[in-house]
Amino acid sequence: MRTTNASTTGIAHNEEIEHPNTVSIQIFGFWIYLMSDLIMFATLFATFVVLSNAYAGGPTGKELFDLPYLLGETLLLLFSSVAYGLVMLAVHDGQKKLVLIGLVVTLLLGLGFVSMEINEFRGMIAGGHGPDRSAFLSSFFTLVGTHGIHVAFGLIWMAVVIWQVAIKGLTSPVQSRLMRLSMFWHFLDIIWIGIFSIVYLMGVV
Amino acid sequence: MERKKYFVFVGLLSLCAVTFLGGCSTILLFNPKGPIGESERFVIIAAIVLMLIVIIPVFIMAFWFPLKYRASNTKSTYMPKWVHSAKIDFFMWGVPIAIVTLLAILAWTRTYSLDPYKPIPSAHKPINIEVVCLDWKWLFIYPDQNIATVNQITFPVNVPVSFKITSDTVMASFFIPQLGSQIYAMAGMQTRLHLLADKPGTYAGQNQQFTGRGFADMHFKANAVSYEEFQSWVEKIRQSPEKLDLERYSKLAKPSVGYYPVTYFSSVKPDLFEYILRKFNPNLDKNFGPMSGGPDSKHAGSDVSEEN
Amino acid sequence: MFGKLTLSAIPYDNPITMTAVAGAVFMAFVILGLITYYRKWTYLYNEWLTTLDHKRIGMMYVILALVMLLRGFADAILMRSQQAIAAGGSLGFLSPDHFNQIFSAHGSIMIIFMAMPFMVGLMNIVVPQQLGARDVAFPFMNSLSLWLTTAAALLVMVSLGYGEFSKAGWSGYAPLTEQQYSPGVGVDYWIWAFQIAGVSSTMTGINFLVTILKMRAPGMNPMRLPLFVWTTFFTMLLVVWAFPVLTVDLALLTLDRYLGMHFFTNTLGGNMMMYVNLFWTWGHPEVYIVILPAFGIFSEVVATFSGKRLFGYKSMVYATSVITILSFSVWLHHFFTMGASPNVNIFFGIATMLIAVPTGVKIFNWLFTMYRGRIKLATPMYWTLAFIVTFAVGGSAGVMMSIPPADYVLHNSLFLIAHFHNVLIPGSLFGFFAGFYYWFPKAIGFRLNEDWGKRAFWCWLIGFYLAFIPLYVLGFMGMPRRMAHYANPAWHPYLLVAALGAAVILLGIVFQGIQLLVSIKERHALRDPTGDPWGGRTLEWLTSSPPAIYNFPKIPVVDELDAFMDMKERGVAYLRPDQYDDIEMPKTSPHGFIIGALAFMFGFAMIWHVWWLAILAALGTLFTVIIRSMDDDIHYIIPAAEVERIENERYRQLGSIA
Repeated sequence: MRTTNASTTGIAHNEEIEHPNTVSIQIFGFWIYLMSDLIMFATLFATFVVLSNAYAGGPTGKELFDLPYLLGETLLLLFSSVAYGLVMLAVHDGQKKLVLIGLVVTLLLGLGFVSMEINEFRGMIAGGHGPDRSAFLSSFFTLVGTHGIHVAFGLIWMAVVIWQVAIKGLTSPVQSRLMRLSMFWHFLDIIWIGIFSIVYLMGVV
Repeated sequence: MERKKYFVFVGLLSLCAVTFLGGCSTILLFNPKGPIGESERFVIIAAIVLMLIVIIPVFIMAFWFPLKYRASNTKSTYMPKWVHSAKIDFFMWGVPIAIVTLLAILAWTRTYSLDPYKPIPSAHKPINIEVVCLDWKWLFIYPDQNIATVNQITFPVNVPVSFKITSDTVMASFFIPQLGSQIYAMAGMQTRLHLLADKPGTYAGQNQQFTGRGFADMHFKANAVSYEEFQSWVEKIRQSPEKLDLERYSKLAKPSVGYYPVTYFSSVKPDLFEYILRKFNPNLDKNFGPMSGGPDSKHAGSDVSEEN
Repeated sequence: MFGKLTLSAIPYDNPITMTAVAGAVFMAFVILGLITYYRKWTYLYNEWLTTLDHKRIGMMYVILALVMLLRGFADAILMRSQQAIAAGGSLGFLSPDHFNQIFSAHGSIMIIFMAMPFMVGLMNIVVPQQLGARDVAFPFMNSLSLWLTTAAALLVMVSLGYGEFSKAGWSGYAPLTEQQYSPGVGVDYWIWAFQIAGVSSTMTGINFLVTILKMRAPGMNPMRLPLFVWTTFFTMLLVVWAFPVLTVDLALLTLDRYLGMHFFTNTLGGNMMMYVNLFWTWGHPEVYIVILPAFGIFSEVVATFSGKRLFGYKSMVYATSVITILSFSVWLHHFFTMGASPNVNIFFGIATMLIAVPTGVKIFNWLFTMYRGRIKLATPMYWTLAFIVTFAVGGSAGVMMSIPPADYVLHNSLFLIAHFHNVLIPGSLFGFFAGFYYWFPKAIGFRLNEDWGKRAFWCWLIGFYLAFIPLYVLGFMGMPRRMAHYANPAWHPYLLVAALGAAVILLGIVFQGIQLLVSIKERHALRDPTGDPWGGRTLEWLTSSPPAIYNFPKIPVVDELDAFMDMKERGVAYLRPDQYDDIEMPKTSPHGFIIGALAFMFGFAMIWHVWWLAILAALGTLFTVIIRSMDDDIHYIIPAAEVERIENERYRQLGSIA
């Protein structure tokens, strides 16, 4: 391109700027979303801590929580994260089939986690310890349930991405989605570790 | 220039003086009738005076600069690239910092001395009044005299009054402007307020926190009288045919429409106040409950056993 | 099947409401009729409803803000009239239930549906151009934000004619907002309107943070960003940090109301103080969210019209960052009277006072920008000067209330009302007006009539002082806020003056309407053929007025703060490049509008407990998002030849003036 020096004309000729890197912008935006989601969870954690003794004559965490069951739940989620880690390696290598298998495994593990949580909630509500029993239980159901809903949305997202990988292959937009879903999935893992320690472990101790 | 500044300053100051400090008796906060209110008036006036140190120069510059440096005045200096001056920076940061420092010292000392929970030192034993916010009226219980009133309190002048405050409905705020500080009333919790009137008179009291439909009618009279008059007032109430038992209370606690007329009760169910607190918070005597993790658990705590 | 929906929810018996509803419905029919008559539906759909162009989206935000300003101001007029009448034994012409809805709606609308959209609208029009960018980072999400905010605003408007609005104040303190004390749908309208608008704001926050951090023209270092971009950046940080807290706070209240939980109830361990804490953890930063961008606008305006660089640019940036951080450490000053210990109160009191330091520094920076300048007193400058003087008073009143013992007597009085109107009206609305007049030629292509603008300004300013100075005095007289009627006759004369003030402001608004009409009539005389009507300093003035869809045919390179001024001084501002390239721009998309419509349906269904409709709307939203995500072909190319044609036209216009 024959032209005068860019800075004297005040005009850029940089291809990078004309076509900004969409994927990196999307991922950066997703980081900021995760930051705001983290603040949401932080607020819910704070709420739980404030109300963690407000049993109002109802059951305490010690009476309700079944740690071995929760350990199973936790392992399902952690293994799903490991599976997703392998998915990202396969994405890197461009192995579409492996990606699909890994995603399905992650999806199934995640489904197992959500089912176990629903089952735990159902048991509590059936036993008369629903979220309307006390402020403690309100905050417990809300904090854990919000995480559960996030996981459920992650699963829907995962199903859509599986479909997209299957019909579109590992195109750049699909890869960007896989990357962001990976961040989301690991983020939910970290939140769960917080829930497991603060809600369950400290509730039982 | 100097003279102009001086005149503006004196003018504004005297304007403030006339408006706020003048004898206009309807400006309640500048006509306090007790030490708490007087001290709070001092804080307000001191803050106004301190802040005039910034406001007045800002006013002068905001009028003088556009006038002097208007585009049509080509004789004035024009320095389009002049963006920094250490001297100006020093004053720009220094003056606000100095004023905020002074204000902070003022605030620090007065926040401790005017803490509504702090009893007022006095040779007299304080009068205890338990305040309950109802929809939409105020119930006052005198536990030592075993009487109760609605929308009226009377207490001796120069004797500290010790209020315990709660609500049997939503959050409200108990306030007698001429005596000073207000404090929230919240269900299942007890807040404290100490006031003293040093001049006899009838002072308006009100709810300062919006509570719904009948909020505007939640005002009451606070009478500061001589000790003898207080005694005879108590006697008068003891003659009242109305007694405040649980049944009467639950009737009283129902939402009412319009200003609720002043009512006297010659006797009160024992520990009615604590009963109202426990309605919402049965675990009151233990150290946990809704307040345990709150931002201010020690102070706003509703621990009745500590008080009794 | 239809939840709580009934025909009796229409307030037939209330003539004031019914008149307002009839007026709104009539206006809607007139507008729809005109669109149909002029066969503009396709144009409207293609060019506006589905557009992803940041400038168009910005204009729609501003239109929404102006419409809601009228609604919020109508509420203000009603309140002032009621309090001017309901003295002594009189109960006025509004029942307490109606009055309570009006002040709740006024606060909610002015903050969430007037100030926020006005601010986001101006940012949308200006920030990408100031950065030297062609659009925001996520144009589709931008359109989605717009339609979500519109849906939420529509919910508030619908509450006027169907059901009721909240009667518990814009801050919705629990337990008054709990099912037990507010069983009607009013609080639900308030919750869902706030919730949907809040989600929209969070998305806007993410969008603008990424835009500012990733889309700057080459050479645009942090210390060369225009101040409006800086304040937008800090504002959006506050949005992303603070709005999730509001979302949670409202969600917990929703769970209390809908599922019988006990977060903020009086009973079973609920903690109402937590509601208040969470609300103001969002609420105080929210004040800075609407004020900081206005500070940015004032900075741009004062530098441009003084023909001078902004004085103390760096200290402005630092002051803004200090305000941003401090704004999260002061929320408790909204309830010093809750009975916290003096240790707690004094901490938050002093933290609040500290904010006065950076704010004071900003005021002095603006003043010294004028010092040794060449000041042109155009309308934006009028609003700026009025702001400086008025804000100094309002800010000082705030510092006074930050002293806990002073707050013990001033809290929840009309003094508080006077204070926050005295910071928010000059500090936010005057700023947005200044920005409106300043950037109107950029967005539309012609300037606004100055004479009518100044008339409107004087009415606003005089009306403002008449309306709010009496409220300061009333605060000292002990009058609480939110009184539907009052017994104390001493308050009456002051409230009459305040009502007069509101009437004068009304005149100002009428004049602004006249100004718009007159300016449209005189648009040829007022045209801005250069794109730089004021002698601007920043990059948005490099583009034509209105800018081409792509803003910049070539992305500019920045060498200095005040990049455009620098280019003009070096004589390179209008140099033509040798050759133009193809430009890639986002295609239009109907999905944002569709999701907005679904969100409205969802909110309405939740308010009225029509569960099947709510589920349907939620599934529809999910489905729309998935459909959108399947489409990877979201850009189109403007060929270099087309760019050249547009630019030739631009240079022909520039040449004809030279």
